[in-house]
Amino acid sequence: MGEVIVITSGKGGVGKTTTAANVGAGLAYLGKKVVLVDTDIGLRNLDMALGLENRIVFDIVDVTSGNCRLRQALIKDKRLDGLHLLPAAQTKDKTAVSPEQMKALCDDLRQEFEYIIIDCPAGIEQGFRNAIAGADKAIVITTPEVSAVRDADRIIGLLEASELREPALIVNRIRPKMVRQGDMMSIEDIIDILAVDLLGVIPEDEMIVITTNRGEPVVLDQSSRLGQSYRNIVKRILGEDVPMMSLDEEGFFGKIRKMFGMR
Amino acid sequence: MLEFFTRLFNRDGGSKNVAKERLRLVLVHDRASISPQLLETLKAEIIQVISNHMEIDESALEVNLDSSGNTMALVANIPVKGMKRAAEA
Repeated sequence: MGEVIVITSGKGGVGKTTTAANVGAGLAYLGKKVVLVDTDIGLRNLDMALGLENRIVFDIVDVTSGNCRLRQALIKDKRLDGLHLLPAAQTKDKTAVSPEQMKALCDDLRQEFEYIIIDCPAGIEQGFRNAIAGADKAIVITTPEVSAVRDADRIIGLLEASELREPALIVNRIRPKMVRQGDMMSIEDIIDILAVDLLGVIPEDEMIVITTNRGEPVVLDQSSRLGQSYRNIVKRILGEDVPMMSLDEEGFFGKIRKMFGMR
Repeated sequence: MLEFFTRLFNRDGGSKNVAKERLRLVLVHDRASISPQLLETLKAEIIQVISNHMEIDESALEVNLDSSGNTMALVANIPVKGMKRAAEA
């Protein structure tokens, strides 16, 4: 039986879709059978993060409304054997799927996949209700900004009210230099406020723009610190005890590599 | 130059402390926002318990959750019309 994990944040633009793509790809890279489900109906994006936008035939609404079989809507990634995508519909709205349908869909997917990763839309309305309906676990993403942390707090409250207790937190886009200068909340500050367990920390890095442009999950890039931060999260999801990465400068060799323009 | 000025005004140890303090305050309010429905239920139950012992003006009863600074209080204003005679004292 597979495990259903919803990735959510409340606030938009903090990195839900990017994280979903990378967690999914990272799990598949380690040999797991994974399906990524985009529940952001009307604002489909996970397909682009994965570079699969040209291969969509059917979508999640086609499946829940019985237009096609589940198998027909699943897109198989060509780079990673175990990775699949169930895309969102682009022309419908969030009410096209009900929480009950979502629950049934998750139960079907559970039979076939080890990990079902749900990419949740921003907001706390029906899209959110749908996304969490069939989930066993929740991952909350925030950035070190007051608005994102506030929204994360609200989401954590709503998750707990829906029996999704102990969500795990990912802090995205941390800038170590600003933290050192005292101009950005640190991981400790955020954990202190939200009182949840930390699953991972992702440093701000221009590289994410490049990999997203190309539709290649950065988790597969073995040489970058950004890829490493996602790989660590994946390993922790698999139950491995990986220490948090040091957020200090990337060290002597990193600087040399940067000097020569190598990544 | 800009950096100089920001440094100058950052005697409190950087803007992150401002962020933390603002968040702490706003979250007290956010977390205290219980649903009106729950407040109504609470009201009804309070009336029930209190009217066992005294006569109260139910229409003027006020129950609110007050938060100021970082403390929170349930404030109830219950006008008493009269005391019930103690049946067993």
